[in-house]
Amino acid sequence: MSRRQLERGAALRGVVGPDGIRPLAAAAAADADCHILHIDMDAFFASVEQLRHPETRGRPVIVGGTGARGVVSSANYLARGFGVHSAMPMVRALRLCPDAVVFPPDGAAYRRASEAVMDILRSVTPEVEKLSTDEAFLDVSGAQRRLGSPVRIAELIRHRVRQEQQLTCSVGVAATKFVAKLASTHCKPDGLLLVPTEHVTAFLHPLPVGALWGVGEKAEQSLTRLGLRTVGDVAGVSPETLRHELGHALGGRLAELAWGRDDRQVATATPDKSVGAEETFPRDVDDVEVIHREILRLSEKVARRLRASGQVGRTVVVKLRRADFTTITRSRTLGEHTDVAREINAVARELYAAAGLERVRLRLVGVRVEGIADAATAPRQPTLDEPETGWREAERVMDQVARRFGAGAILPAALVNRDDADV
Amino acid sequence: MKFRVDRDAFAEAVAWTARALPARPAVPVLAGMRLEIPDPGSGRLRLSSFDYEVSARAAVDVDVDQPGAILVSGRLLAEIARNLPPHPVEVASDASRVLVTCGSARFTLLTLPLEDYPRLPDMPKVTGSIGGDAFGTAVRQVAPAASRDDTLPMLTGIHVAFSGDSLTLAATDRYRIAVRDLWWRPAQADLTASALVPARTLAETARALVPGSNVDIALSTIGSGGASRGEGMIGFETGGRRTTTRLIDSEFIKYESRFPTEFDARAEISTAPLTEAVKRVALVADRNTPLRLSFTQGEVVLEAGSGDDAQALEALETKYEGDDMRVAFSPSYLLDGIGGVESETAYLNFTAPTKPVVISGVPSEEGGRPDFRYLVMPLRVS
Repeated sequence: MSRRQLERGAALRGVVGPDGIRPLAAAAAADADCHILHIDMDAFFASVEQLRHPETRGRPVIVGGTGARGVVSSANYLARGFGVHSAMPMVRALRLCPDAVVFPPDGAAYRRASEAVMDILRSVTPEVEKLSTDEAFLDVSGAQRRLGSPVRIAELIRHRVRQEQQLTCSVGVAATKFVAKLASTHCKPDGLLLVPTEHVTAFLHPLPVGALWGVGEKAEQSLTRLGLRTVGDVAGVSPETLRHELGHALGGRLAELAWGRDDRQVATATPDKSVGAEETFPRDVDDVEVIHREILRLSEKVARRLRASGQVGRTVVVKLRRADFTTITRSRTLGEHTDVAREINAVARELYAAAGLERVRLRLVGVRVEGIADAATAPRQPTLDEPETGWREAERVMDQVARRFGAGAILPAALVNRDDADV
Repeated sequence: MKFRVDRDAFAEAVAWTARALPARPAVPVLAGMRLEIPDPGSGRLRLSSFDYEVSARAAVDVDVDQPGAILVSGRLLAEIARNLPPHPVEVASDASRVLVTCGSARFTLLTLPLEDYPRLPDMPKVTGSIGGDAFGTAVRQVAPAASRDDTLPMLTGIHVAFSGDSLTLAATDRYRIAVRDLWWRPAQADLTASALVPARTLAETARALVPGSNVDIALSTIGSGGASRGEGMIGFETGGRRTTTRLIDSEFIKYESRFPTEFDARAEISTAPLTEAVKRVALVADRNTPLRLSFTQGEVVLEAGSGDDAQALEALETKYEGDDMRVAFSPSYLLDGIGGVESETAYLNFTAPTKPVVISGVPSEEGGRPDFRYLVMPLRVS
C-alpha cells in the first residue's frame, strides 16, 4: 500500500464506489450507517521519534533493536520506500537503507503519545476500543448528533491528532469493524477511506484471502488448495463447504466475513486506565492566570467525564509542554479516590506551581487522572468534619444542569466569559 | 580529652543520643555528636545531639584521664559503638582526630569543628512528673491517630493538656481522633497549660523509656504567665537523659464536641479475640479496602474482600444492644482504635452506620468517662 501512496504523492481521502475508489466529495457521502471508525497511527513509533528529533525530517527513520539481532519495530514511509518493514532484521534493513536514522524503542514515550491520542478519541465518544498503542475502533453512532456524520468525525479526529500531537493517522469508516480496519490499511498513510455498505462487496471481493480476519498462513494454504485466492472466491463457496474444510468456527466466520458481515461490537469493556484532557493553545501562553483557568477548565472536564462513566481516580497528573515542545509531567497520588473537579484542580494547580514553569511560555497543558476505580465499589473515607453535602454533591447538580440546558449552562465563575456576562 | 568506659554503657548512651541526629542535617556540624567531660572530678561523660528542633542529652560514668570536649560524626560513632567487641573502651583525642580502642579493634575518626556547633537549648523548669510506663502507654495509644502529612503541621502533633493533676493526650488526622486521660504529679497544683508536641518525637521518646522509670516533664511556656506561646519548648527527663523538642506553634482543634454524647447502639466485645480476628480478616484487605462488620444480637461478623478477590470471614460472640448494624472501616484505622483499648472488653458505640463510631475501654467506674476514647469515621461503601 505504501508504495502506491508514495507514487500518488498525496494523502488519500476516498470513498469506495461500484468501480473502485473515488475522491471523497464533501457533500452527499453515503456514510449514514457507517458508524465504525478504525484509527491507525501512521508509522507510529518512527513518527514519535521524528517529532522528538526534528533534525531527522526528510530522512528515513527506523525504530528497533540496534544490537546484532535487532529487529525493526517501526519504520517511516521514506524507509519503507526502500523496502524496510517491521519485523525485518535490523541488519537487513540497514543494508536496504544505509542512510536511515535508527532509534532504540522508547516504550514510555510511545505510551504517552498513545494516551494523548486515545484521549482525543475518548473526547469524541466514550465508545473506544483500544487494540494496541497505535490502533483503536470507535463506534460513533452516539456522537453523530453532536459532531456530524462519521466522515466528518473522522476528519475531525485526523485534524485534531495532527494539530495537537503533530502525528498523522489513517481512518477507515465502515459499518463493521472488519471492513473499517481493511479500509484504514487501504488508505495508509495519512488517509481516510469510507466504504459505504452498498459497495462493501465491490471493495472486498478483489482482495486476497489473507485480508480476511483470522486467515493466517495455514488457513491461506487450505484455501489456496481449494482454488480460493480472493475474498470473492471465498464468498462464492457455500458455508457448509468452508466449515467442512476449515473447521466449524473459522469456516463459518469466513463465510460471513467474505460478504462483509461482522457483528462484533466495539468493546469498551476494558476499563480506562486513566481519564485525561489537554489543550494546545492557539498561541503559546505565559500568563499564569490563563494557565490556571485552563487547568480549572480541564479539571472540570476530566471530573465530568469520571462522573459520567461512574469512575473515580487517585493520581492527578499534569502535563506541560513548553514552546520548544519539551514536555514535562508531574503527578501526585491522593489519599482518597476522587471525581471532584475542585479537588483535582487544587492538586493540578499545586503541581503546576511546583514544576517551576510559571511565566514560561507553554504550548500545551494537560490534566489527567490515573489509578481509576469503579465509583460504585471504591470505598470512600470521609473526614470527621466533612459536611453531609459538599462539593461532590454540588458538582453532581452541575452535571444535571448541563444535561438539561447544555454544557455551557453552568460553569465555575472563573471560566465565564466576562465580556458576555458583565454587560 | 581521654577516658575509659564500660563498653555496654557507652554503646547504649551513644545509641540513645544518636536518635536526635538529623537524617539530612541542615548544616554539616549537626551530623555531629558532642562528647564532653567538663570536670575531671565528676567522672561523667556528657553526650549530646541537636537538629534545631530536637535535642538529646545523656551521660555515662567514665574513668577520666583528661577532660575536654569533641564533636564527631554521630552516625559513625553509633555504628562503631554498636559493633564493638566486649572489652573496655578507650577514647582519646588530639587536635583533629579521635582514637577509639576496644580490645584489638582501633578506629580513628576525624573531629568536626566544635566552635561551629550550636548551643543546645536549656532544659525548661520541671512542670511535673509521671510514671514512665503509664506515660509510654498513653503516647502509644494516641500516636497512631496523628497525621504524617507535613503539609498540615497542626495534625502531626500530639496535643498535651495539663490541668491540675490530670493530663490529656490527643491526636487526630481528620479521619479519627484518639484521646487519653491520665493522672500525673504537677509541681504546682493549679497548673493549666497545653502544648502541641511533634508526634514523631514524642513517640520516639516514649519508645526509649526504661521500664519502671519516672519522667519529668518541663514546659517552657509555664512561668512566663502562660500567656505567650512564643517559641515554646517541652523537655522530658528520665534517668539523667533529657530530650527537648520545639512545640508546633498552632492551635489544636476543639475535639471534645466531636464526640457524640448519646448512642443508639453499643457492642461489648472481648478485646484480644477481636484484635486477632480483625488482623486475620484484614489479611485479604489492603489499605483502601473496607473491613465490614455486621452486628446482630449476640454476634458480630467480620468480612473483607469481594467478588474477584480473596475473601475472609469470621464471626465473634459479642454483647450487642441496638438495631442490626452494618458498618465498614479502613482496617488499619479500626486496628489503631482497638489496639489502644487496655481493658479486657472493648466498647464500640454507634449512632448511625455513616456517623463516627467511638471505640473505648470500659470506664473504671460505671457511667464514667473511659480513659481511652477513639472516634473514627467509617468508610462509605455504596
